[in-house]
Amino acid sequence: MRIIKAEKFRNVIADLCIRANIELRKDVLKRLKSAFRKEKNPKAKKALAAIVENARVAKKDKLAICQDTGLVCVFIALGADVKITGDLKSAINKGVERGYEKGYFRNSVIKNPLLRLQPKSSPVVIHTDIVPGNKIKITVMPKGFGCENKSLLRMFNPTVDLDEIKAFIIGAVKSVGADACPPYIVGIGIGGTADYACFLAKRALLRNVTTSQRHNVTSKLEKDLLKEINKLKIGPMGLGGRATALAVNIEIYPTHIAGLPVAINFSCHALRSASAVI
Amino acid sequence: MKTIVAPLDKGQIKKLKAGDEVLLSGEIYTARDQAHKRFIEAISKRKKLPFDFKNQIIYYCGPNPGKKGRPIGSCGPTTSSRVDKFTPALIKAGIRGMIGKGARAKEIVTAVKKYKAVYLLAPAGLGALISKFVKKAKVVCYKDLGPEAVYKFKVSKLPLIVAIDAKGNNIFTVHSNR
Repeated sequence: MRIIKAEKFRNVIADLCIRANIELRKDVLKRLKSAFRKEKNPKAKKALAAIVENARVAKKDKLAICQDTGLVCVFIALGADVKITGDLKSAINKGVERGYEKGYFRNSVIKNPLLRLQPKSSPVVIHTDIVPGNKIKITVMPKGFGCENKSLLRMFNPTVDLDEIKAFIIGAVKSVGADACPPYIVGIGIGGTADYACFLAKRALLRNVTTSQRHNVTSKLEKDLLKEINKLKIGPMGLGGRATALAVNIEIYPTHIAGLPVAINFSCHALRSASAVI
Repeated sequence: MKTIVAPLDKGQIKKLKAGDEVLLSGEIYTARDQAHKRFIEAISKRKKLPFDFKNQIIYYCGPNPGKKGRPIGSCGPTTSSRVDKFTPALIKAGIRGMIGKGARAKEIVTAVKKYKAVYLLAPAGLGALISKFVKKAKVVCYKDLGPEAVYKFKVSKLPLIVAIDAKGNNIFTVHSNR
């Protein structure tokens, strides 16, 4: 059994928050650049160039890529052979506070959703998974709410056609239009329970956007959806053009014989996350 | 490219057409959801507004704090449709320009046309770049709202796109349904 002190997480989390907010993920940047090369609509091409330039300036000047530095989602893959001493939750929240103060990032989290007073940078939303081994992987994802607000869940009948699921997803992108900062990365969760499908949709955004699923049916669905979404001509910043989405990432999980939950979690073009292994 | 200077007079608004790329200089005010709610409360209770609305531009933005030597941090636009329900009353009270991202409700097009105002788009998700066009920033009111406080920004040649012009032309074919 490996013993790790909770306070060790504080600095790690602070650094991850800073890195995630100022350095655009390499895979996302790669997709943006390839979208720029393929784009024929001049306005859309200009918008994509500006998005790449914004990422460059943010990294160089250590500025937040987007002013919406989000509600921080923390994903922990906890090795079963690890024992943590001390208050891990508090260490994580303090780490986020430290990172956001040091990075001059906006506080966007209010303690009570009904009272809505005095925003802070914490508390975060924590998702924990237990995995084999004696290591801990921590991933920090600052999630902006322009795109989070567009999340959807539908509990389909188990006999639904795949085409109906596709129509639901494409219809969702169409109704979001340019509100959530396209080109999007569309995270989709299929299966599990209502809450788990939503979690899967969010977790799908962590997967590299330049690789597809190993599972054949899912991989084909990802490709088909991306193709259909890019026919909508919403385009970067809603100015038309091809690049309405950079990627569609699907995560699947076993579900009940009576149902088929499908959840959508959108990310704007500034999909941010950073990981560390302790 | 057309250039405009805030506050916007009738002559400047008249020459703007939906789809135009413009450069904005002058002073503008940030306001998001909670600030809008307070403006509306003040209007409905006939209280004094925190600044003179006449011909002013509101920017839907909650900025990051500025690092040492910088007036402000990352400061891109937030989704405009969230304040759709408040906007017609603000236009009636004197606001003549709105800057944000995304489509607006039908009521906004109607109000923009009726009062000869304009809705402009700022480049969405480019907060770091936009911060370079802000030369001065200070909190005007509602400091307790933190990033949702009303800031006065002095901007220089901020690149924007006209989305809804004073004739009611709209670059978005689909209205937001909020």
